[in-house]
Amino acid sequence: MGLYTMVAWRSLRRHATYRAATAAGAFTNTSFGFIRAYILIALWTQRPDIGGYDVTAAVTFCFLGQSLIAAVGAFLPTVSAELTDRIRNGDIAIDLFRPADFQGWWLSHELGRAVHALIFRGVPPLLIGAAFFDFTWPAGWRVAAVVLSIALAIVVSFGIRYLVTLTAFWLLDAAGPAAIAMLAGTFLSGLLIPLVLLPGWLGTVARSTPWAATIQSPSDIWLGVYDGAGVLAILGLQVLWAVLLLLTGRRLTEQARRRVVVQGG
Amino acid sequence: MAEAFARLADAVRAFGLLCWAWTRAAWQYPTSLLLLTVGQAMATTLDVLAIVVIFANTDELGGFSATEVLFLYATTSTSFAIADTLLGTAERLGRHIRSGAFDVMLLRPVSALVQVAADTFSPRRLGKLVPALAALALSLTSLDTEWTGGRILMVPVMIICGTLIYCGIWVLGASYQFVAADAAEAMNVTTYGGNYVTQYPLTVFSSEWVRALTWVVPLAFVNWYPALYVFGRPDPHGYPSAMQFASPIAALLALVAAGFAWKAGVRHYRSTGS
Repeated sequence: MGLYTMVAWRSLRRHATYRAATAAGAFTNTSFGFIRAYILIALWTQRPDIGGYDVTAAVTFCFLGQSLIAAVGAFLPTVSAELTDRIRNGDIAIDLFRPADFQGWWLSHELGRAVHALIFRGVPPLLIGAAFFDFTWPAGWRVAAVVLSIALAIVVSFGIRYLVTLTAFWLLDAAGPAAIAMLAGTFLSGLLIPLVLLPGWLGTVARSTPWAATIQSPSDIWLGVYDGAGVLAILGLQVLWAVLLLLTGRRLTEQARRRVVVQGG
Repeated sequence: MAEAFARLADAVRAFGLLCWAWTRAAWQYPTSLLLLTVGQAMATTLDVLAIVVIFANTDELGGFSATEVLFLYATTSTSFAIADTLLGTAERLGRHIRSGAFDVMLLRPVSALVQVAADTFSPRRLGKLVPALAALALSLTSLDTEWTGGRILMVPVMIICGTLIYCGIWVLGASYQFVAADAAEAMNVTTYGGNYVTQYPLTVFSSEWVRALTWVVPLAFVNWYPALYVFGRPDPHGYPSAMQFASPIAALLALVAAGFAWKAGVRHYRSTGS
């Protein structure tokens, strides 16, 4: 097993240890799903076809969002609280010395966490939601597109949170940028309300942000709102954001590396 | 009886002192405190934003107008912000138990609940009050109802009762962590989820939910029933109009239940060891 696969596997095993917390999280995500679903149903009863969704699509969208919360770390503004602590207290100097790529290490760590979250916190809300409401399911090539889109969503989310985490090298405490990123993320990802509810250019701008690539994009592909070319465009935008964010992260890592001062004595 | 009141007064005094100490500590970093307060205010504003976007697409939701929903949002959020400032840190009980800090709290001559509630108290939580009060002012001036003396009086009464109900729910949630410290997140359903549910007219939800929010977790008494009185509307689910005045009873019951749960929790608490 290669180093990075090992890191990802260990991260998955580590997150699998907290079973009660995982169950509580899945329960909470599911319950909020019900609240959101009822609000959306009330809205779609008034206006049965806003933004190209019917009521079934709106409810499916809502539970998809609840299933992806943990995997894309919607409420985890940094890569890991442990990492921000290590930057603040200086232990990061040791990490930067390790014979492994710093960004690659944490990306692997994140992928392990996300796979665990996708299975154990993502599947329950979706299944329970589907037991109570009518859902729209993807079929044929769309299934593959959804899988690819979710994988890209996880990488884009890591890309954003990695940048937020690195601000700690300059600010010592990433709490400020983290709070702003989380607010932007909650709204622009489509988690709070489907972005199709936003009118005109506001909606277009919101759907082009990297946050939209974390929840709105995979959900839109799942719901079959777009044809083949539309799906390709969404995937393309996700790839673009993933590459841009990871490259920016690499450059910032190099600059951060030069900022670290090791105090000895 | 007199002794009970003296104990209560002591607890309130200790709570005030602890909160003041934590406020002074937070004030050591004024910029950070200010930014975090703004952050809290903005987080609550997101909920209004959701309501605004919904009403940009429709004129009514569940049979209620935008101003009525704004009033529901404003009242529940005001109550929630106050209760969250007073007792919100109680959600960290699980952490105190794991780290052993709770053992230390039990040894001190101040109620453990007061210590848990005041721990890392920060005035930044009051930031949540800003959008809530702004929405309250806006909805009160634009609400289409006949303002009788009773209805005017109902507004402060429902906010106070709502605050007490939320306080009860925070303490119940904290007590639950004596049993399941690792599953603390599940209590978010009744606290944050409760605040979310009550921002919308209950006609939106299924009748099972309305029953649960009335008889199991009395969140419907935070604002739904008293608001129906303020709006001058008959109950859409056919509950008697006496329910619209029952919030003080619900608040009392919530506090009594919370008191018993906390006492039982502390009695059965076993330290995690050294």
